[in-house]
Amino acid sequence: MVSLLKNRGWIIGFIAAGVLFPFVLPNAYFLHILTLAFIWMIAVYGLNLLAGYTGYLSLAHAGFFAVGAYGLGLLTVKTGMNYWLALILACLITSAVGLVVGLVALRTREHFFAIYTLCVGYIIYLIIDKWDSLTGGVRGLIGIPEPSNIGPISFQTPISQYYLIFAFLLFTILVMYRIVHSLTGRTFIAIRNSEDLARTLGISTMKNKLMVFVLSAFFAGLAGALYASFIRFIGPDIGYITIIFDLLTYLLVGGIGTLAGPIVGTFLIVALSQSLQFLQDYRMLIFGPLLTLLIIFYPRGIAGAYHDWRLKRKSAQRTRPQKEQEYFETEESEKQVKEG
Amino acid sequence: MDIFIQQVFNGLTIGSVYSLVALGLTLVYGILHIPNFAHGALYMLGAYITLTMMLLWGIHYWIAMAVSVLVVGLLGVLMDRLVFHPLRNAPPIHDKIAAIGILLFLEAFAQLIWGADYRTMETPYGQVVNLFGMTATTQRVLINIGAVVVMILLYLFLKKTYAGSTIIAMAQNREGASLVGINTSRVAMLTFMLSGGLAAVAASLSAPINLVFPGMGHLVILKAFVIIILGGMGSVPGAILGGYILGFTESLGATYISNDYKDIIAFLMLVIILSIKPKGLFSREGF
Repeated sequence: MVSLLKNRGWIIGFIAAGVLFPFVLPNAYFLHILTLAFIWMIAVYGLNLLAGYTGYLSLAHAGFFAVGAYGLGLLTVKTGMNYWLALILACLITSAVGLVVGLVALRTREHFFAIYTLCVGYIIYLIIDKWDSLTGGVRGLIGIPEPSNIGPISFQTPISQYYLIFAFLLFTILVMYRIVHSLTGRTFIAIRNSEDLARTLGISTMKNKLMVFVLSAFFAGLAGALYASFIRFIGPDIGYITIIFDLLTYLLVGGIGTLAGPIVGTFLIVALSQSLQFLQDYRMLIFGPLLTLLIIFYPRGIAGAYHDWRLKRKSAQRTRPQKEQEYFETEESEKQVKEG
Repeated sequence: MDIFIQQVFNGLTIGSVYSLVALGLTLVYGILHIPNFAHGALYMLGAYITLTMMLLWGIHYWIAMAVSVLVVGLLGVLMDRLVFHPLRNAPPIHDKIAAIGILLFLEAFAQLIWGADYRTMETPYGQVVNLFGMTATTQRVLINIGAVVVMILLYLFLKKTYAGSTIIAMAQNREGASLVGINTSRVAMLTFMLSGGLAAVAASLSAPINLVFPGMGHLVILKAFVIIILGGMGSVPGAILGGYILGFTESLGATYISNDYKDIIAFLMLVIILSIKPKGLFSREGF
C-alpha cells in the first residue's frame, strides 16, 4: 500500500511536470523535442511490455512503427480519410500485421526469435523502400495532415499537439500500469522467468505471448501514426534497424522490465543527444559503449538500479525488526524485485 | 545459356563471401551460443584496414590482408575479454544487447575515422579473363579460390590440430571440455580470433568488387544469420553449404525474378524456413 502511494506521488508529479512544462519554459524548440520524446516513449512502452516483461527481444518494432506511420500517412494522403478514423485504422493494421508475424515468430525462441524479428523488420523496410508506386520509395510521403478538430478543439498549434500526444502517453502508461499489475501481467512475468514452468502451471503460453506481441505492436503503431502526423513527412528510414537500436537504448538506459524505465531512459537520452548535437552521427561512439556497459553492470537500467538501492537502504534502516514482520517485508520486497 | 553460366559463377562468388562470414558467426555461436550481431562490424573494419594499409603505406594487397586479419582477430579477442566473458552467466538477452552496443560503437568509430563516403578498393587483379566462355575479372576468380583455400585450411585446423580439437570439444559439450582439462576461456578467445580473421578475409576479398562504407556490414551480417539458421546454428559444413545456396538463389533470383527485390529473397527464405521448422533446418548442436 505504501508503495502504491509512493507510485501515485511519482505519477502525479510526472503529470504535473508534463502539464506545466509549456508554461514554465515557453520555448518552441524544447516543446518540439519533448513532443518527439513522448512519441518515442509510447513506442518504448510497447517494446518494454514484450522484451521487458515477457522476455522476448523483438527487433521488428521499427518495422511496426513504420507500418503505423505509413498506414496513417497513406490513408489520409491517398484516400483523404478523416484523421481520427485513419489513426484507429493505422493502429488496427499494425496490430493485424503483429498478429500474423507473432503467430509464426512466437513459435521460435531466444536467438531464433531475435533473428527472425530482425529479418521481418528488414523485410518491412525493404518493402516500403522498394514499393515506389504506393509508398513513394526513398522520396517519402509528404503532406500528411495534422490531427483534425474534435468539436471545438483544434490541433493546429504546437502546444495543442504537445498536449494531445501527452494525453496519448498518459493513456499508454495507464494501460501498461493496469496490465502489469493484473493477473495477466503476472502471467507475462511468469513466462519470462520460465516458460516451461509457466506451461506446467497451466498457463497457455502461446495465447499470452501472442496477446503481448499484438499489444506491443499496437503501441508501436500508435507511436508511428502520431509521429507521421506530428512531423508530417515520413521516409523509409523510420523503419530501418537504427530506429530499433535507438528504442533499445532508451529502454535499457531507463530500465528494461520497469514501468518508469521508458520515461527515464527516453528523456535522458533525448536530452543528452540534444546537448551533444555537435557529435551528430558520432553520438553512437558514446551510446554504444554505454549500452554495453549498462548491460554488464546495471542490466535493469537506472530505474532498476534506483529500485535496488532503495530496497537495500530500507533493509539497512530496519533496526532489530520483529521476526514475523521481517519475513513479510522481505517477501514484499522480493515480490517487488520480481515485478519490477 | 551464357547468362545462366555467368550467373552461376556470380552466385559462386557471392556465395564464397557469404560462407566465410557465416563460418565466423557459426564458430562463435557453436562455442558460446551468442548471436554475435557485431560480426558485421568486424567485416566492415576488415575492409577498411586493408584499404588503409594499401592507400596509406602502399603495402601489397596480400600483406595488407594479412595485417587486417591479425588486427580484426585481436579485436575479436578484445571483444570477448571485455564484453562477452563478463556476461557468460547472464541471461541470453544480455549478450544480444551487448553485441548490438558493440556494433553501434564500431560503426560510429569507422565513420569518425574514415568518413561516411563510399570508397573503392583498387587491386592489382583488375584484368578481365575468359573462362569457359564467360568473362570475369581476376579478382572474382581469386575470391573463389581464396575462399576455398581458407575453408580447407580451417577444416585442417579444426580436425588435425590440438587447438582445433579443443574448439570442437567445447562446441560439443562445454562442461565435458572443462572436465578433461580444456581451458574454456582460452578456447573462447581463440574462436573469436578465428571468427574475426575470417570476417577480415571475406571483407578484404570482396571489397574490390563492392564498395567500402561504414554500413557495408548490415546486409552481409543479416544474410549470414539467415545462412547459419539454414545450415544449423553452430554447424561448420552447414555454414559453407548455406552460403553457397544463398549465393546461387540470389544471383539467379536477381536475373530471373527481380533485381530490385533480390535482397528480400534471403529474408523470405528465412521466414519460410522458420515458419515450418522453428529451430532451423538442421537443429543439431555442435559440429
